[in-house]
Amino acid sequence: MTSAADLSPSYDLVVIGGGPAGLAAASLAARVGLSTVLFDENPGVGGQIYRGITSTPIKNGTVLGEEYWAGGALASEAKVSGAAIVTGATVWTLDPSLAVGVSIAGKARLIQARRVIIATGALERPFPIPGWTLPGVMTAGAAQTTLKAQGLVPDGRTVLAGCGPLLWLLAAQLLRAGVKIEAMLDTASRRNWLRALPHLPDFLLSPYWRKGLALLREVKAKVPVIAVDRLSAAGDGKLKEVVYGTGGTEHRLAADLLLLHHGVVPNVNLANATGAAHRWNERQLCFEPVLDDDFTSSVPGIAVAGDGAGIAGGTAAAERGRIAAIAAVRALKPEASVPDPQVVRQKLAREEMGRAFLDILYRPADSFRRPEGDTVVCRCEEVTARQVRAMADTGCEGPNQMKAFLRSGMGPCQGRLCGLTVTELIAEQRGLSPAEVGYYRLRPPVKPITLAELASLPIGEAERKAVER
Amino acid sequence: MFKRLHDTATVTITVDGQPVRARIGDTVAAALLAAGIDHCRTTPVTGAPRAPYCLMGVCFDCLVTIDGVGNRQGCLVPVREGMAVATQIGKREAGR
Amino acid sequence: MAAREYDVAVVGGGLVGAATAWGLAREGCRVALLDEGDRAVRASRGNFALVWVQSKGLGLAPYAGWTIRSSDAWAGFAAILKDETGLDVCFQRPGGFHLALSEKELEARAEVLKRLHNQPGIVDYKTEILDHSQVARMLPDIGPEVVGASYCPLDGHVNSLRLFRTLHQAIHARGVDYLPSHRVDDIQREGGVFRLLTPQGEVRAGRVALAAGNANMRLAPMVGLEAPMKPERGQIVVTERLRPFLNYPVVTLRQTDEGTVMIGDSKEEGTDPARITLGVAATEAERAVRQFPLLANVNVVRTWSAIRVMTQDGFPIYDESETHPGAFVLCCHSGVTLAANHALTVAPMIARGALDKALVAPFSARRFHVQEAA
Repeated sequence: MTSAADLSPSYDLVVIGGGPAGLAAASLAARVGLSTVLFDENPGVGGQIYRGITSTPIKNGTVLGEEYWAGGALASEAKVSGAAIVTGATVWTLDPSLAVGVSIAGKARLIQARRVIIATGALERPFPIPGWTLPGVMTAGAAQTTLKAQGLVPDGRTVLAGCGPLLWLLAAQLLRAGVKIEAMLDTASRRNWLRALPHLPDFLLSPYWRKGLALLREVKAKVPVIAVDRLSAAGDGKLKEVVYGTGGTEHRLAADLLLLHHGVVPNVNLANATGAAHRWNERQLCFEPVLDDDFTSSVPGIAVAGDGAGIAGGTAAAERGRIAAIAAVRALKPEASVPDPQVVRQKLAREEMGRAFLDILYRPADSFRRPEGDTVVCRCEEVTARQVRAMADTGCEGPNQMKAFLRSGMGPCQGRLCGLTVTELIAEQRGLSPAEVGYYRLRPPVKPITLAELASLPIGEAERKAVER
Repeated sequence: MFKRLHDTATVTITVDGQPVRARIGDTVAAALLAAGIDHCRTTPVTGAPRAPYCLMGVCFDCLVTIDGVGNRQGCLVPVREGMAVATQIGKREAGR
Repeated sequence: MAAREYDVAVVGGGLVGAATAWGLAREGCRVALLDEGDRAVRASRGNFALVWVQSKGLGLAPYAGWTIRSSDAWAGFAAILKDETGLDVCFQRPGGFHLALSEKELEARAEVLKRLHNQPGIVDYKTEILDHSQVARMLPDIGPEVVGASYCPLDGHVNSLRLFRTLHQAIHARGVDYLPSHRVDDIQREGGVFRLLTPQGEVRAGRVALAAGNANMRLAPMVGLEAPMKPERGQIVVTERLRPFLNYPVVTLRQTDEGTVMIGDSKEEGTDPARITLGVAATEAERAVRQFPLLANVNVVRTWSAIRVMTQDGFPIYDESETHPGAFVLCCHSGVTLAANHALTVAPMIARGALDKALVAPFSARRFHVQEAA
């Protein structure tokens, strides 16, 4: 285990996040001799898609599928590349001067980088339905995490709800692991099909469509798939029933576990806190960093690779990581031999093909993104949709003012689970676009550190004088 | 709520004083789910019970007290033999 | 679009502007409150939330009396707000501390208070210097490095973000037209009516009250006033919610009613509220742990910077225009402490059309010219 004290004071390249983008970037840079460190806050590398890749107890290759095992090569490549791979390491700040604040086992360090690649990936889009805070309601990704990392699968009456490729993949993985799924409640709007059709030819050229169709068939053969336009979780202190409806009818389904998912969105917190410019992506309904062809952000020296740069999937993430790493090598060690970025870009373009079709086909319905009434929006501070909408009606135009008024986004998750919802609610209530409303302005620490850790950082004379008077 | 595909439990932790078997490779949150524990905390705002939600470090619903230190993210901390986990009740107490 | 007409246009939707707009609405005025957008540089979202008396007035004795007037009015002000909105801004006045971590700091503190109290015409506000054991009787969790403190029984605090929200809900309920994204580009006066020009159109009013913080520097000359400002940046560290452990506000550390602990009070040059100086946050954290060692392993969930509204001498400015009758300017650093005065004393003056010289003459910006001449 690497401790905070073992770290060098500076590295050529600091990579944040050990998923496909981070692993590929660190490997490429370290192999040509850049001093490289990769930080990941989880106990092992792999990110979410290859979660537990070096330690999973699942030995049966078919349960998780061949895409999962492809992650093994990335992890072993990184291991022998010469990069320092530090797990259990939480990056809590990244300054525009490229000082990286990291916390390992309760000790904080500031590390100076010459280049930084943020590869913090994606998180599941907030799914604010009534009752989503009840114990027994989790994300689909959470169930996939326990399956991969611990070989732990749902027991009892399990319901999946939402839409998107990951939901179908999880259903198939759980079925292969012998789990019974009571129902799959499909929340995607039926009208999405028509809008997605123009993008079908591209999708048919992508590697996904055969696999995708096979997954749908595999799941539909064993699980009732029910189209719904209303969904809630009910129970006193824990989930008891999933309540769903289509048109005028309402059904109640006894359940022990409800797994929710309607897509993933970039985890923008760290990039946002550096001050990097972000923009609204209307097709993917999320904010993403503004990046150039090398995935460099508006802050010099900081690149964002992988799904954090906009959702494109795990294989694309690795290619994006390589492109960002090539740019770092060219800047810091121009004499080093690196792959031709044009070749990598072509691979990336193939991987990204078909994404538009999936984005539109699985676009989450408005009603599942913009809750009403007493549905909790901010899980940390327990702020409801009604409160946010009412405050918008008194003139509150943006999420930062909303945060001051209602504390939405002020809890420890720092808006990760409410940011998009708050933006969309304000936009709807005030007749603005989410792009006009904007997003939270985030500040360090992007993950909590202790006061003692903060106190242990180097303090300059002027900095001390700014406080001691 | 959850079951193991492979029974390889190898460490014992305590949860609110009761022994719980866990597997090396479990995070605290995974061990609690495997043990069928309903909720791991109550919120500091309304006291509502919560359980792990995202298991990837972003939601902070798996906060527990670990070895006397409050509000730790159970999904990021691997279990260790003898670890003492306690339900996080509402607001944390300073100094604990 | 036809211009909208009001009795008074208040410029600035922060605590000073919102309190003034509320006070004007209570006087029966038709009020527009013009504000910038979500990303405005906004001191009211970056406030330490003290209702603070001790050490106010060194260099301008009437400021002490003005501060105590507001501090005394605060409980009533909070009660009216609660009555109107149902929201409790949690005003408390248990007295407050200024902790010293060395004999040198304590001596410096005593010296400031002595100079303050020696001024002619100063109101006695009963600040005393306490030693470690006296402090420990009231703040049992202080660390051994705390050598003493100054304590003033008139000090208090409030939930300033809830105050901000409460004022906005209260003005909404009273029919004030809140106009966000109405940055004022120019103010013209024609036939006794002020025309405020914004990208979203023109707003007309018989009177105008400038309460735009540091932006008053830009706005005041448009109506024959001046607001010489000297903005500075402050940084705050905020912890997770904790069970109550601290019953008194300390000038650099307070526990909110929600349970979070705010730690701060830095001063740096600069006007970029997005910037965070880590070494400053580290110094604040280090001093907080020395003051209250039980906070060492508490989690920090947030830091932020904000730009203080600060006049060049640090004291408030309340003025009315001689060249543009009906134009007023309000500038002050202590938008929370003085909120009760702004709502209950200054707003009625503006409603009547003239400042009460007996109360606010010492705060005219003309004092800057006197100093220059001398």
